[in-house]
Amino acid sequence: MTDQELIWRIAGGSGDGIDSTSRNFAKALMRSGLDVFTHRHYPSRIRGGHTYVEVRAAEGEVRSRGDGYNVLLALGDSFARNPQEDAYYGNEELKPLTENFDDLREGGVIIYDEGLIDGEQVEEVGLHEKAEENGWHVYPVDLRAIAKEHGREVMRNNAGIGVMSTLLNFDTSYYEEIIGEVFNEEIAEANRKVIEQGADTAEEFDEHPALQMPTAEEPDAEQALVSGSDAIAYGALDAGCRFISGYPMTPWTDVFTIMSQNLPKFGGVSEQVEDEIAAASLAIGASHAGVKAMSGSSGGGFALMSEPLGLAEMTETPLVLVEAMRAGPSTGMPTKPEQADLEHVLYTSQGDSTRVVFAPGNHQECYEQIRTAFEIAYEYQIPTILIYDQKLQGELRNVDRSFFDRDPDPDAGSVLTEAEIEEAAHHNSGKFLRHEYDGEKGISPRTVPGQKGGRFLTTGNEHNPAGHISEDPENRVLQMDRRRGKFEYIREDLDEKGNQTHHGPEAAEYGIMTWGSHQDTVFEAVDRLNDAGHSVKALGVSDMMPYPVEEVSAFLESVEECLVVEMNASGQFRGLTQKELGRFGPKLSSLLKYNGNPFEPAEIVDGFESSIDGEDLAATNMKYVPAAGD
Amino acid sequence: MSAFSAIGEDREIEQDEFTPGIEPQATWCPGCGDFSVLKALKQAMPEVGRTPDETLLCTGIGCSGKLNSYFDSYGFHTIHGRALPVARAAKVANPGVEVIAAGGDGDGYGIGGNHFMHTARENHDMTYIVFNNEIFGLTKGQTSPTSPKGHKSKTQPSGSAKAPLRPLSLSLASGASYVARTAAVNPNQAAEVVAEAIEHDGFAHIDFLTQCPTWNKDARQYVPYTDVQDSDEYDFDITDRQEAGEMMYEVESKLYEGEVLTGRFYKDDRPSYGEEKRATGEMPEQPLAERYFDEDVEWERCADELIDKHT
Ligand SMILES: Cc1ncc(C[n+]2csc(CCOP(=O)(O)OP(=O)(O)O)c2C)c(N)n1
Ligand code: SF4
Ligand SMILES: [Mg+2]
Repeated sequence: MTDQELIWRIAGGSGDGIDSTSRNFAKALMRSGLDVFTHRHYPSRIRGGHTYVEVRAAEGEVRSRGDGYNVLLALGDSFARNPQEDAYYGNEELKPLTENFDDLREGGVIIYDEGLIDGEQVEEVGLHEKAEENGWHVYPVDLRAIAKEHGREVMRNNAGIGVMSTLLNFDTSYYEEIIGEVFNEEIAEANRKVIEQGADTAEEFDEHPALQMPTAEEPDAEQALVSGSDAIAYGALDAGCRFISGYPMTPWTDVFTIMSQNLPKFGGVSEQVEDEIAAASLAIGASHAGVKAMSGSSGGGFALMSEPLGLAEMTETPLVLVEAMRAGPSTGMPTKPEQADLEHVLYTSQGDSTRVVFAPGNHQECYEQIRTAFEIAYEYQIPTILIYDQKLQGELRNVDRSFFDRDPDPDAGSVLTEAEIEEAAHHNSGKFLRHEYDGEKGISPRTVPGQKGGRFLTTGNEHNPAGHISEDPENRVLQMDRRRGKFEYIREDLDEKGNQTHHGPEAAEYGIMTWGSHQDTVFEAVDRLNDAGHSVKALGVSDMMPYPVEEVSAFLESVEECLVVEMNASGQFRGLTQKELGRFGPKLSSLLKYNGNPFEPAEIVDGFESSIDGEDLAATNMKYVPAAGD
Repeated sequence: MSAFSAIGEDREIEQDEFTPGIEPQATWCPGCGDFSVLKALKQAMPEVGRTPDETLLCTGIGCSGKLNSYFDSYGFHTIHGRALPVARAAKVANPGVEVIAAGGDGDGYGIGGNHFMHTARENHDMTYIVFNNEIFGLTKGQTSPTSPKGHKSKTQPSGSAKAPLRPLSLSLASGASYVARTAAVNPNQAAEVVAEAIEHDGFAHIDFLTQCPTWNKDARQYVPYTDVQDSDEYDFDITDRQEAGEMMYEVESKLYEGEVLTGRFYKDDRPSYGEEKRATGEMPEQPLAERYFDEDVEWERCADELIDKHT
């Protein structure tokens, strides 16, 4: 723990404005020159559950959620259904305070709304003793009264910000600037007064915490605060995607919503349809007709897309899907992250799977890899899938604004123009030969309906070059080999892109491998391990299929042992690695977590050290699975 | 110039153009009603002035799904029950393309029933032909959603306990704006109805009675039939939803009593989905598919349009 780092938690009821306040707060810190990263924790209901958002901020690079937190703004749950009754979970109104005790660091700060959270009850749950034990500083303030005096009750968030400004020496000028941008002048003014009075009220406290707000020089470059969903949606738009079809499901809904709100401005169309079978089928239909199209879902909805996905493989229709993982099986834990759909996405649908799968490791990779997904899908006429999770979906992070300064990609891939069609091979009956054996890199160019001279047949049945159903053994093998032969060329293209991310000293003794959203958390842990005298490097893998066999083999050859970190119970990525490489079994062990909360960097540090020392992880939220033959 | 010069091309069209050079002879069983759908469709195309290159035929899986092996146009033989969602998106992507979907009664009213309801509701400007043989043909004769109550098959050996689905009523309730029933044994009417359906600006649904002599031997050959428009016995207004609904109910009931009634049952001129969606501002005037071939399009950039609000 460093003094320069703030990890601020705002906790309240779902519906208490936690999301918007934390977003504004994070943005204000970003504008002040700090790096920021947020982590959301919320229940799967609209009202009556309690929720928190963490904002981690520091002057240096911040790329993950932190370890615990050090400042709590507990609003109390104003939407608690039975506020006074002892609910099954303990008093509902009190929960945003009491449920957050465990992770608060020593010397931490608690500001809570006395207007809603009853002081006597707070004593009953032993806050006083706990505070003494841990050196916490506790500040009860009637935030509700302050908010009501100058505006409305929902403004109590900002009363809390005011209190913080005094206690933590937080300069609210950027925050107030943002308030001025998001509200009309009357409401903004009321909010400013609420902040001011919160600040004044806090003057009454004699004792201030040692912890103070981190500050920064002006940032060099203008920053943008984006979520993983923003990055995916924006990457898709810049990739030239102009059609999306979907059916809501957490956490995929976010990408679907961002696309739906922006596609009309970009001259595109969004279709909300009856189910996910339709969603995937519509994307196929639009793509077949010449449009860059996508769909997506989370685990359950993606299961329904299984058969259309196979249709795209067989008919070589370009298709981009995204799969936003949440904890399974079945409905599982809808608002909790997990990385347990890897095998689902790789192998669902009958037959040998012929698809490309990417798992971006952070926000920038979300943007870049969805663009690559479109490029590959439309060039190679193959479905591509971007798999991510609830964690990456909702995390906000600052990225250089200039990162997004890219040209859009209007290229529809291997589609012929009418002039090219005239030159292209046709059956003597006039039919265009859509599925020719000998296309370059296995690609047989396509035409789209309405183009003169381009008519062809395609089918989910095995077919001959003219697209007619065929069960001829020779044709079968030729077509299978051609479709699957594209992998070799795709692998070459992907090697050029360099989607795998390496971190740490090249000559390190140990390795840590991970995939998808935990990449930067692992990197932070690796830095700490090296600082503590260990010799460790990390590899974040994004290409799930075709697998980067050479690159991962070289990495594993260079280390003594490798710990594979992932958020599931069965070590799916480790299994994939062993299957693809066919060796290294004795070198690979797993660090797993599947309780619904993402790894903190310190947990990975712990897990790594315990794995080396052969210590038991039973008392933690993690599980260690030793290497085969260990 | 459009990148799709087949669309709206003005020229003489021969029925033969729709006969593919690769599988000119359909391989359905002798006497199968499916031949009549193929014939009616081939007759209707020159009638409505559409060419093979501007037509997209999407089919499901079944004997019926083989239709586009024997009909030359852009063809997409999809998967069981999913012809409609593939077809309707192609229409959204390029409204100039003439989109036709086809499949069996199992395909459209069973496994794809949800898509049938919703595609009808959305009223896409397209045609949907259901080959209704009251049986699963391709999988060798199991009871289908339209098989009559008591129908015996290998999977319902003691006779189906279920009353059949009412396809016309379902279509009307779902929102189809043109609903007709014709029969394989009535080729003249069939060709006319198919042409009308294609010309209709909205979702046109044809329940096409196609006898399956191989697996549905007990079933009627759909003769004799009555065209309700030609009969003095029936007098109703096809633009009146309530009268249409009552007529459909009677037609469906009569079929299972052994009397075959065919004709047009409903027609409504409400705006198609594309018109409705364009009116909301959520669908551009330029066809989506054109954009990728149009060098003059200025492609929007997130950096210009969307990043400001994140800074
Ligand atoms: C998902 C799926 N389930 C089952 C099948 C097997 N299947 C193929 S066609 C068919 C039914 C065909 O009946 P119908 O749709 O009425 O078409 P017909 O053959 O009578 O024209 C079935 C069950 C399949 N291909 N896909
Ligand atoms: S099985 Fe029936 S539906 Fe299929 S081709 Fe033969 S007669 Fe026609
Ligand atoms: Mg049938």
